[in-house]
Amino acid sequence: MEGDVKKFMYLNRKAPYGTVYALESLEVVLIGAAFDQDVSLAFVDDGVYQLANNQTTTPNDGIGMKNFSPTYKALGDYDVTKLYVDQESLEARGLSVDDLMPLTYEDEDDDWAEKPSIRVVSREELTNIMDEQDVVLSF
Amino acid sequence: MSTIEVGGKSVELDEEGYLTNLADWSEEVAGILADQDKADNPDFELTDNHWEVINFLREYYDEYQIAPAVRVLTKAIGKKLGKDKGNSKYLYELFPYGPAKQACRYAGLPKPTGCI
Repeated sequence: MEGDVKKFMYLNRKAPYGTVYALESLEVVLIGAAFDQDVSLAFVDDGVYQLANNQTTTPNDGIGMKNFSPTYKALGDYDVTKLYVDQESLEARGLSVDDLMPLTYEDEDDDWAEKPSIRVVSREELTNIMDEQDVVLSF
Repeated sequence: MSTIEVGGKSVELDEEGYLTNLADWSEEVAGILADQDKADNPDFELTDNHWEVINFLREYYDEYQIAPAVRVLTKAIGKKLGKDKGNSKYLYELFPYGPAKQACRYAGLPKPTGCI
């Protein structure tokens, strides 16, 4: 890393639908990815639902938003490869990593090997990771 | 907001000339949108090389629900169609107004996220 690379974390705490926070956060991440910063995402509380597998929305179900979850699969292409998921939040909702989308990225430094982007971490680990950030943006 | 006539049907465009409704897209629509850019460049014609990129973008959108940024497009094209096509020189020659911006317009997609 050279130049003025800062560590940016986008902290996601809200369910994917019902409010526009999750979608807005994702769009900011994709836009910000063009600036070559060190970007990570964290999913806490209902934010863990943003990564849930098999999301569906239909025009008639009253949600009024398109299912944007496939876009998380593009994050690897944008070199966003660190998605921290709070284990306590998962457990509190009866979820495990198997209920989340199998998101991956290709590691340029390891012959483009496909690696998982989602890292389930404890509250304590997440606290430490947040401490290391220059900027934390909460959605 | 403006409209174009396609086979007797009017199709809505937003203020920047992108389709308002993705479902309105057809190859004919792409051709008409490309013709609009002839004002500045009379020789401009869609070739198989253009279609390759347009079809790639439509597939990308179908899978990820976004129009990729130009950096991501370049990398992905290189992976799919080979290094000689996955570079900015080749893509800017095909789409002089910017590969992501111009090709997305012809492909009926929204302007790429993060495109300014």
